Amino acid sequence: MSEKPRKIEITDPVTITVDGREVTAQNGELLIDACERNDAYIPRFCYHPRMNPVGMCRMCLVEVDTGRGPALQPSCMIPVAAEMVVDTKNEQVSKAQDGILEFLLANHPLDCPVCDKGGECPLQDQTMAYGPGESRWVEEKRHYEKPIAISETVYLDRERCILCDRCTRFAKDVAGDPLIHFIDRGSNTEIATFPDEPFCSYFSGNTVQICPVGALTAKPYRFRARPWDLEEVESTCTGCSVGCRITVQSSRNQVLRFQGVDSDPVNWSWLCDKGRFGFEAINSEERLAEPLMLSSDGTLSPARWAEALNAAADAIRAADPTSVAVIGGAQLTNESQYAWAKFAKGIIGTDHVDAQLGDGLAAEVVLGLPGATIDQVCAPGSTVLYMGPDPKEELSVLYIRLKHAAQEDGVQIIELSPAASGLSPYASSSLHYRPADLPKLVEALLAGELPDQGLPGIDAAEFTKASQALLAAEQNLHVVIGRANLAESADCVAVAASAVHQAIPEATFLSALRRANLRGALEAGLTPGMLPGRSSLAEHGQAWKELWGSVPSTAGMDTTQILQAAAASKVDVLILLGADPLADFADRSLARRGVAGARTVISLDRFLTASTRQADIVFPIAGFAECEGTHTNLEGRVTRLNQKVTPPGTARTDWMIAAELAALLGKDLGVERDAHELWDEFMAHSAVHAGVSSAALDHPDAADGLLLDLGPRPFVTPVAPHVAPQSSYSLRLIVNRTLYDQGTEIHHCDSSSGLAPAASVRLSPADAAPLGAEDGTPVTVSSPHGSITAALVVDSGVPKGSAVLRHNLEGADPGLLIDSADVVCEIRVEVS
Amino acid sequence: MSRFSPANLRLAQEIIRRYPVAKSATIPLCHLAQEQDGYLADDSMAQIAELVGCSSAEVLGTASFYEMFKMHSVGKFCLGVCTNISCQLLGGEELLEHAEQTLGIRPGGTTADGLFTLEDVECIAACTEAPAVQVNYRYFHRLTPQDLDQLIEELRSGALDDVVPAHGTLGKVRQDLGEDRIANITPPEDQIEPVWLRRHRELAEAAAAADAGTPSTAGTNS
Repeated sequence: MSEKPRKIEITDPVTITVDGREVTAQNGELLIDACERNDAYIPRFCYHPRMNPVGMCRMCLVEVDTGRGPALQPSCMIPVAAEMVVDTKNEQVSKAQDGILEFLLANHPLDCPVCDKGGECPLQDQTMAYGPGESRWVEEKRHYEKPIAISETVYLDRERCILCDRCTRFAKDVAGDPLIHFIDRGSNTEIATFPDEPFCSYFSGNTVQICPVGALTAKPYRFRARPWDLEEVESTCTGCSVGCRITVQSSRNQVLRFQGVDSDPVNWSWLCDKGRFGFEAINSEERLAEPLMLSSDGTLSPARWAEALNAAADAIRAADPTSVAVIGGAQLTNESQYAWAKFAKGIIGTDHVDAQLGDGLAAEVVLGLPGATIDQVCAPGSTVLYMGPDPKEELSVLYIRLKHAAQEDGVQIIELSPAASGLSPYASSSLHYRPADLPKLVEALLAGELPDQGLPGIDAAEFTKASQALLAAEQNLHVVIGRANLAESADCVAVAASAVHQAIPEATFLSALRRANLRGALEAGLTPGMLPGRSSLAEHGQAWKELWGSVPSTAGMDTTQILQAAAASKVDVLILLGADPLADFADRSLARRGVAGARTVISLDRFLTASTRQADIVFPIAGFAECEGTHTNLEGRVTRLNQKVTPPGTARTDWMIAAELAALLGKDLGVERDAHELWDEFMAHSAVHAGVSSAALDHPDAADGLLLDLGPRPFVTPVAPHVAPQSSYSLRLIVNRTLYDQGTEIHHCDSSSGLAPAASVRLSPADAAPLGAEDGTPVTVSSPHGSITAALVVDSGVPKGSAVLRHNLEGADPGLLIDSADVVCEIRVEVS
Repeated sequence: MSRFSPANLRLAQEIIRRYPVAKSATIPLCHLAQEQDGYLADDSMAQIAELVGCSSAEVLGTASFYEMFKMHSVGKFCLGVCTNISCQLLGGEELLEHAEQTLGIRPGGTTADGLFTLEDVECIAACTEAPAVQVNYRYFHRLTPQDLDQLIEELRSGALDDVVPAHGTLGKVRQDLGEDRIANITPPEDQIEPVWLRRHRELAEAAAAADAGTPSTAGTNS
């Protein structure tokens, strides 16, 4: 099995004897791990190093002598103690293993030739290594209907199941979704869901990976390949910014599977289903394979690369540098991001560059506050002030880590959010503030008392509990910041974070922004007013000018301002680096006017999105697993992205397009051969990247990646946004995300595209009652900017005075209600 | 499909309050649901899950472990004939076959009139009274085939309605106890000393007294 024992630091060594050798082990660790670490692998099925042991399968029986004579004991349930004598290979042990395997195989169908697991199956492998070799079983084996779908993506074949309790333990203890369970008993025991309640967990794919037989198989991989046909490379998932380590497995130049890799500081081998099955988008038929240009009849038609590149270069050459703007780039590799930062800022000479689409936080906040790693946030003894988005929906594996920290390691989580989230059940206190009240709430928490008139929706007792925990945390305080509400100004979170930083300077911050390589984009300078390596244009412009030849003279615009300028016809060339503002920018009306108002739109994308359809020139780009590079996760951890397959058609890597355009403009981007050159140049000139060289990343010790310097940088305190007094609109809008939405990636994954829920308007029971409407009734939501209609859902997790709509779902677009100039979006809900 | 009646829902909430952890009430609530409907309907399990704060799959997993929780509708009388060793030696299997013929159903089946469900059961701990039969978990001992026919007749006529409880009633869900007698609602010092604890104390005191050579005080409740 690929699972390795957890890396531990031996703090309390004891000497034990394993197969006649004296070895050192950590006092109290599980015997099975201690033996494996000392080269005596013990076969097992139910034990998983990331879950609590249960001793279900009995395969790990070894002879243990603690002074009372040798006896067979399950090594996954025995903590190591001094002077233990263990025999993992003698005749008694072999006989036990042989017997257990014979029992397990009594009912196992041995349909290995048609089983997905065959070739990488622990039961198959261990039967070969430790088993009887021949079966004495002559009776008919039992038969079940096979397979049964326990969810949209996971199939269960009960005949093969050996009841190891891995999937059910995972569902309950790790994912917190106990939707599968043992039912019945004795020889009739089987894994089952409740009738009509499928295993709809964001983490269901993990059960397929940890199943030690072929009982659980994943629909996207079923019958697609045999393990011995697969080639693999290790890489980092770019589905969100957590940066889970994965292996990318392919056959015949087609990616067929992602498997989680146990990266101790990040994902512990777990993946979310969106990431795990995201490989389907790579193989989509709809991938762009050749450049497209707007033809005379107004449609996008295939073009030659030279044609498209020349047209793009001409458009850029003809435009004033300050009328060129670049939006996006958070999906790119660090190298491509650096290439585009250099191309935009050093060669074109525009600072109107923003990798965020108004859904993030200012670069000064993300990069300026002292950084925290996931491990630091989740360490025993930590207190977490959580002011981010619902982690279960946006950063699912971070949710697993936070849940584990709260449940197993006693970490206190103080959650401040506009509505209940997936994290709320595990938070020691959960305060739900009215949109735009976060700065006031944080100020009050730090002062230890509520303002005299109180704060809407904040319970005094819960407030006191949270405030005491926050103030008692001292240097163990870690703050997670992000955007829990896209309909609220980012300044609210920035002001709150700044207040914590001022009051508790020892506190460290983790920015939970979901775009995959957003951290890398900000570090590379794909943000207005900044240059690579967290240097500001104003202060360090000169140093970069020496390297690049020129830098913009003044700080540029962010995405909101770029779109406003474009809407006013002040943008001649708008370059979209894998960005789709028409789907992703929260203010829909502004996005439409902006994209329509830009004279020439150049898009680099993998798919035709709403925005690329409006472009004049579209370049197809190589995506994940199709190019080499590095990735920076939300902590600032740099890991390698490896290529496994070739991109479709003539699609190229983003940095190549920057280099080509630079050459056409008569400039040299400084790259001749490959992306390493870009990284070397970037690294050599960025103080925060010191030590993160290509060579260091390839060192075996850097398997989990290398952290950037997370120390604080000069930080400008943001000004608290002014909220106008409440108008005739009675509710405040909360717009947040779900894991499955109509996003481009999900949309092109066959197995996940149907999982996005329908749009709904969520109201608290108190606000829904006066409407006299039930769940499912169509209601109209109106703001001063527009109105939409969607079905009502009464949700006790929504506080009174707010309404929740999800971003980017089919049926109702909350973007039509939002004006990005407002701090909050005030709305009214009526029965249609 | 069915859910708790308003009265049973109130009772269910009361039962949950007896436990420090709501989930501990899962099995008592399964009893309550089966007492109401004769079996555990999916809806009931889903409602129990909601009430005790766990998933429906967990309730199903727990309930399905126990043979006596029925997942499907059963007859008014569950007739269990023991065929384990003692009963088998004394004619249990013949009794079962006779029951099959009398009722016209196989073990696991229910008669068309919905009165009887026949079960072939393992040892029901009445070996001294073999062959033994249970009707809705009330015992009938040393039955001959003729006795069984008579039993079935009496059940059918309603003559035994006072003796045999309604189907589905397994445990004493309703504790008809005074408030003061329900465990853990009074401080320990106010609770009546349990019998076994008193005996232990008395024996210890007697032993101590014997050691000291003084007259024994065993038997008195000081």
